Amino acid sequence: MSSGIGRRRLVAALTAAVAAVATGALSAPATAGPLPDPAQGLLDGLLDDLGGADVSLGPVDTTATLEAFADTVVPGEKRHARDHAIAGATGGPGAVQAGAIDMLRLPELGLGPLMPALAGLLCTEATRYALGRGKVLLPSRPAFVALDFGDRTRLTAQLTGPDAVDRQVWVLLALFASIAFDNAAHLHTVKALEQRHPGLAWLRFPAPDADGLWRFPTYSYGKRLAREHPHTTAGGHPA
Amino acid sequence: MTVTERTDVLVIGSGFGGSIPAYHLAAGGAEVVVLERGPELGAQDFAHDLRIGSYTRIVDLVQGDGITVVAGNCVGGSSVVYFAASLRAPGFVFDREGGLGRRLWPQSVTRSALDPWYDRVEETIPVARQEWGQVPYPGGLFAAACTRAGRTCNPVPVAVDLDRCTNCNWMLGGCRFDAKRSMLLNYLPAATAAGAEVRALHEVQTIAPATTPGYRYRVAYSVLDGDDYRVPVSAGAIEAKIVVVAAGAVGTPVLLQRSAPLLGGMPRAVGRYFSGNGDRVSIADVDEDKVSDLLGLERGPGSPYDAFPVGKPIGSMSYDRLDPQAPEFTRFSLQQIYFPGITNILAQATDDPATSWFGVEKKELRARWRSWLSVLAMTEDDNEGRFGLPPATGSFTRVASSVGLSTLRYRPTANTLRGWAAADDEARAVLERDGLARVRPWSEAVGGSLSAHPLSSCRMGDDPATSALDDRNELRGHPGLFVTDGAAVPTSLCVNPSLTIAALAERACPHIVDRAADAGVKVRYGAPAPDGSTSGRRGVLKLSTKERR
Repeated sequence: MSSGIGRRRLVAALTAAVAAVATGALSAPATAGPLPDPAQGLLDGLLDDLGGADVSLGPVDTTATLEAFADTVVPGEKRHARDHAIAGATGGPGAVQAGAIDMLRLPELGLGPLMPALAGLLCTEATRYALGRGKVLLPSRPAFVALDFGDRTRLTAQLTGPDAVDRQVWVLLALFASIAFDNAAHLHTVKALEQRHPGLAWLRFPAPDADGLWRFPTYSYGKRLAREHPHTTAGGHPA
Repeated sequence: MTVTERTDVLVIGSGFGGSIPAYHLAAGGAEVVVLERGPELGAQDFAHDLRIGSYTRIVDLVQGDGITVVAGNCVGGSSVVYFAASLRAPGFVFDREGGLGRRLWPQSVTRSALDPWYDRVEETIPVARQEWGQVPYPGGLFAAACTRAGRTCNPVPVAVDLDRCTNCNWMLGGCRFDAKRSMLLNYLPAATAAGAEVRALHEVQTIAPATTPGYRYRVAYSVLDGDDYRVPVSAGAIEAKIVVVAAGAVGTPVLLQRSAPLLGGMPRAVGRYFSGNGDRVSIADVDEDKVSDLLGLERGPGSPYDAFPVGKPIGSMSYDRLDPQAPEFTRFSLQQIYFPGITNILAQATDDPATSWFGVEKKELRARWRSWLSVLAMTEDDNEGRFGLPPATGSFTRVASSVGLSTLRYRPTANTLRGWAAADDEARAVLERDGLARVRPWSEAVGGSLSAHPLSSCRMGDDPATSALDDRNELRGHPGLFVTDGAAVPTSLCVNPSLTIAALAERACPHIVDRAADAGVKVRYGAPAPDGSTSGRRGVLKLSTKERR
């Protein structure tokens, strides 16, 4: 049983890693992942073979960096006065409050082992960005977190721009932040609504019936609102 | 070592393109096996749930270079996850010449030639014509806006049992109420009843020559882990006299490309000429007060609209720009449609394409989500998509549940861009009139263009240089190997393609049966519709006999 689970997780992580490497995103080993030893060893070995320096971050900086990225995609208010990951660019909840990090850790995605490397790469990009503009970043924070909201936004635009080599990776990361907010995609929707999930509440997502299914018995203006095309066929098709 | 099985007919894929031949061949007496990559689920399994791992079990988001494609991944294929708009392609589509400057469809396939096959499909599915009172609020709003802008607008024919439909708007996850008439309710159960065997989680990897005398092809497959499609759990092979490939327009060409060395080459058009059906989506940020003031609409006290997520996803559309006299690449239909929240990332809040899809203004746009109205233009694109070298297995590299990276590259030509610009202008002309809404197309920064209607990647035609299939859906140079899915459709259709894919698959069936009979299979064409109806059969029997002579 355990070997089956290990194999599944290994394949998930390797596929994600190979895809990321294929798009040029990762040249660094993914360390500090939750994979069992043999799997982790294989993953490290694969990534070592591919070469490159280790830019992975520790768990605290990894979370803060990926939160800062998610907050750039769907911004929210700071959770507390010393919240540096969330820039506080606007009021109300953002992707972080909506569960963007839980989303990335969802076992089905298989991205967990890659989070330190992704965060590390994001900080490398942030350092490059800052250096290019003669900006000095606070060394006490991960580089992406040390950027202000405007710079985070401009860097995110660069990373996802049409000519960016790793754009598919950053777009996927942005997609996960986005669907954490818009879909509560890491939670069952009925549960998420019961818990007043901040993203679904922000959208004013409709509530289901008592059985957890949606129905709209009232759904139409109930009247003809246009003249139909004169060449419509008897079945309602265009000619 | 695995034991190689044998069957008369092997069908790869169980969507529209696979289910229809599976039914006719099984009903006609052939031994049929259907291999489907995705899982087998039914109404009770289709949860109203946006969690990763629910609907993502049956829907794939395939990211290429310059395009992202949405496709079904389950028994029943895209018919399970589609939005059920069922339209016949306008007549001019069959005369399209595209950037090549000559007719792209086979001479034998015209609207009038296809109408009897459309009839067969509509009898089986069947397609319902919505009354205005059955068109949900967003479709009503679009219709009223069309009227005010001097346009016409039609309720959309849908493959939905309107009496059963609860207007829940969860079609992408499969229909919980069995109101959507997917292949699970007609062709597939009829095929199974006639003896066809449908095997889920079987992903075909290669097609090679068979070694057993009398059998033509050997199809090798992996069996996938139902909880993680990235993990193969076993493998096998089946030999068949006839193979029908219907793995979808992002699956079929990849499988054939991978099989090319084994089969001694492939027609040049395999993996080329992909079309996204010219899909172009825009989001209108509607001013609720204007809905009341300009259109006089109110769905409840103090609530003119506020109903983006309510009802069947597709309600109304305008045929005004389907003018056969207009130049190619300027014609399109404009359809009101709802896309689930996974696509919210694509809405643009500002006019700076680099940052329009995220950030503070975008979050403010989300606060008005219930006042959004989305419209889909289906335009004439230029078949400019092309697949690169196939991955080692599958149709694409599956990165995560439901997310894949494809080698498909799509760079819209000036022709396609002309169509999109015309569609954008029309959407604005209808919806921005007097400030009713602010309209912007979906961002292309995120995944390029997005298509829910992949087509043409292994298309039929008369010219061997630019088509992979002959006019009977048989792969050139590979007798007994047919392609009957969206990949076979030569061009974008200016309407939702499912009915045309189904009609072409119906049309291919007598030819597939003939080939099977030639190969020694005891099979004949002429089954009634799966529910026993016979008028569609009457309409085509005479026709198909004439064609076969």
